[in-house]
Amino acid sequence: MSVLHIMVLIPFAFALLVPFLYKMFTPRIHTGWFVLLVPLTIFLYLLRYVPVISQGRTIQIHVPWMPSFGINYSTYIDGLSLIFGLLISGIGALVILYSIYYLSKHREALHNFYVYILLFMGAMLGVVFSDNVMVLYVFWELTSISSFLLIAYWYQRERSRYGAQKSMLITIFGGLAMLAGLIMLSMITDTYSIREMISQIELIHSHAFFLPAMFLILIGAFTKSAQFPFSIWLPDAMEAPTPISAYLHSATMVKAGIYLVARFTPVFGGTAEWFWLVSAAGIITLLYGSINAVKQTDLKALLAFSTISQLGLIMSLFGLGSAALYFGAGDDSSMYAVATLAAIFHLINHSTFKGSLFMVVGIIDHETGTRDIRRLGGLINLMPISFTLTLIGSFSMAGLPPFNGFLSKEMFFTAVLNASNMSVFNMESLGILVPVIAWIASVFTFIYCMILVFKTFFGKYKPDKLDKIAHEPPIGMLISPAVLASLVILIFFFPNVLSDYLLKPAVAAVLPSLAQGSLIDIKISAWHGFNAELFMTIGVVLLGSVLYVTLKKWKGIYRYYPETLTLNHFYNNFLEGGEGVSRSLTNRYMTGYIRDYLIYIFGFLIIMVGGSLLSLNAIAYNPANDAPITLYEWALIIAMVIVALTIVLSRSRLTAIIALGGLGYLVSMLFVVFRAPDLALTQLVVETVTTALFLLCFYHLPKYFKGNGRVPFKPLNLVISVGVGAVVALFALSADGNRLFEPIAGYYENSYELAGARNIVNAILVDFRGIDTMLEIFVLCIAALGVYLLIKFEMKGRE
Amino acid sequence: MKEPNDVILRSVTKVAVLIILTFAINLFFSGHHNPGGGFIGGLAFASALTLLFLCYDIETVRENIPVDFKAVTAVGVLISVFTGIGGIIFDRPFLTQAFDYFQLPLFGKTELATAVLFDIGVAMAVIGTAITIISSISEDR
Repeated sequence: MSVLHIMVLIPFAFALLVPFLYKMFTPRIHTGWFVLLVPLTIFLYLLRYVPVISQGRTIQIHVPWMPSFGINYSTYIDGLSLIFGLLISGIGALVILYSIYYLSKHREALHNFYVYILLFMGAMLGVVFSDNVMVLYVFWELTSISSFLLIAYWYQRERSRYGAQKSMLITIFGGLAMLAGLIMLSMITDTYSIREMISQIELIHSHAFFLPAMFLILIGAFTKSAQFPFSIWLPDAMEAPTPISAYLHSATMVKAGIYLVARFTPVFGGTAEWFWLVSAAGIITLLYGSINAVKQTDLKALLAFSTISQLGLIMSLFGLGSAALYFGAGDDSSMYAVATLAAIFHLINHSTFKGSLFMVVGIIDHETGTRDIRRLGGLINLMPISFTLTLIGSFSMAGLPPFNGFLSKEMFFTAVLNASNMSVFNMESLGILVPVIAWIASVFTFIYCMILVFKTFFGKYKPDKLDKIAHEPPIGMLISPAVLASLVILIFFFPNVLSDYLLKPAVAAVLPSLAQGSLIDIKISAWHGFNAELFMTIGVVLLGSVLYVTLKKWKGIYRYYPETLTLNHFYNNFLEGGEGVSRSLTNRYMTGYIRDYLIYIFGFLIIMVGGSLLSLNAIAYNPANDAPITLYEWALIIAMVIVALTIVLSRSRLTAIIALGGLGYLVSMLFVVFRAPDLALTQLVVETVTTALFLLCFYHLPKYFKGNGRVPFKPLNLVISVGVGAVVALFALSADGNRLFEPIAGYYENSYELAGARNIVNAILVDFRGIDTMLEIFVLCIAALGVYLLIKFEMKGRE
Repeated sequence: MKEPNDVILRSVTKVAVLIILTFAINLFFSGHHNPGGGFIGGLAFASALTLLFLCYDIETVRENIPVDFKAVTAVGVLISVFTGIGGIIFDRPFLTQAFDYFQLPLFGKTELATAVLFDIGVAMAVIGTAITIISSISEDR
């Protein structure tokens, strides 16, 4: 196990400590200070890899976990996973620092919060560093689960629970689809390792499962990254505390889908299907998100839709960039590789400016008591620092200089213009659409960025509409957004430092065929002269400004869009309809009568066991090895039959229960005859205790039959009871009659040498098959707690 | 329970419970080489307590044996899990049991086995489960 493996596991281990730290130090020390150490350590550790990775090397460390199933906990670091690792730990540290001031140590359940966030951090690191797809999948679902827990952190609110459920349903659905896709890939390539899959690209591309696998994996990626039409969960996820929105729902978790697309680009890329699916989903999401963001009145909802739109942008860039794989090495491909470079560049930029914007919106919410832009306004004099940070963040998002968003937006325009000139994948006819949609979406992006700045900080200050008097937050709350905002500016001035150390290795990871031997050579610069990209940006600013100024005049058109056609409407209807259908279906068979349930269980037993006995041709009776039946045995069996009949025919419960106990005693006598003292003893005591239990339970029940009427004859019950008896008897005889393998009894006879025990039964129980026993007592424990809870809760309900 | 005249039952119980408990412990320890073991020993122990529940009312028993049997179950399960982890510490598979022979004062040459620790966990889980179920059901009036 290497240090890197341990780094992934540290958050999980630390999560175990959090409740104790919380108990011991609250309210003296905010739990967040301890938790802060975790991402800081990981971040500093990962920085060590930057020089290695920037030379184009990759590191793979292999730790066998379940080698017989091909499931290994292998970690893999290349440019792509390193960028994600740094984002996860770096932004994680900033978010935790911010949360220390955001969440009150007196009122909030901090231990829950930090346990969830550490779970998430570990899971997310696991996703990006795993090479094994099964391990990746487990971590992937764990991010969904921790996101669910974090959205529902304020579980008292109905909206939180709704949002949490929505995100859970959609992302887990996608995760399961992805699992199916990953299994298909592993069926094609006979490996779970992504590295080894990439080395078998030709095999994958020619296989019949190629398209289904691609489609399913993309569903996983699109649901996670909130791509249209799965995007609806993200706005509702904004019910989470703002540090979480900044961390999971803008900077890291929603980028897991993008990571997956980037990671599998070498496998699927270079084909028309991948190119179109990824690009189109991205472009549509870009447009959908930006248009919807403009009509929002809640600042966080606005940011949520803007995140959706920006994720679409990054996704479409990865789609466009995948074309480079089609061309192989050469000038053509490096033209399209600009798109991939822009995607990774914008991914980092988006994390910086969106993270800081979320944090500032959290500050505004925290210090004014509202996020509604209709109630906000004129805060510029009261919160000048927050204003500056918002300005930096949103102008970067709008794509204006001197902020990093400008650079990646320009590269985005370059990429879409290149793509429109492409002569493959039917781009000759449809290509022109790409830059047009991208440009329109950018105009809307510009508008909502302006709304964010001007509606909040300019205009008239309305103190009567606010719950609190607006003021600057404590300095600690401003540190994190300020760090991110200064990164926004720094990256603008020194983009090539970032590019040389991180972006180019990442591009090499996404487009491996391009980087055979050397890394691609693209310089990022702010000034390219008066070219098409610059004019596109100028056009965006001009049209955007005009539309922003006239916003009131045309905003009404949003109302013309019918409510019944929104995705949320479909989702809610589907959920309600689904609940209704499943309720009526369940009510049909869950009758509440135990006899009905017994019919299901026994019917199933007859069909499955009897059916497989028949279909496998397994019925066999071979009395050759049987010992003769002695007189004692005959006597015992006849007695057992008599007692069994007594149970069935007796008119009182007490008689039946005592007869049942008697039957058990007779069985244990049979064990004695067969020289199995352990079994006999156990059976005796079990019978005694259960009879006592039955007596306790049945003591309070009414007499058997209310009237003196006869029990009605029920043919189904007859069939079931005879069937169960016949099937079990057949099963036992066949098990004895079929000797497929050598008996292993001989092994256990050495129990004295192997386990130091002369009692073979006990040696089997505690030593040879100890794990069975352990799980059995687990079952016992769960059963005891179940009975206890059922009774306690019922008693509480009665009171 | 109701109040019938059960003097005989109570007198017998007082003696019988002691005998059953002793027998249960004997069963537990003899399990290594003779019939018995954690499961059966635990059950026999539980049956003695059940007898107490039957002939005295539940509050009396609870006052005299102030043990939370839910905790006994949990502790039992934990003990058996931890003895399993012991194997991992010595770089063996989970739940590997070890035994050896020692020269002890009074007992002479004695076999000590980690399996007994595991068995203690089993016995505690069985006792806890049985008593938890019985006492919660009989409490539910």
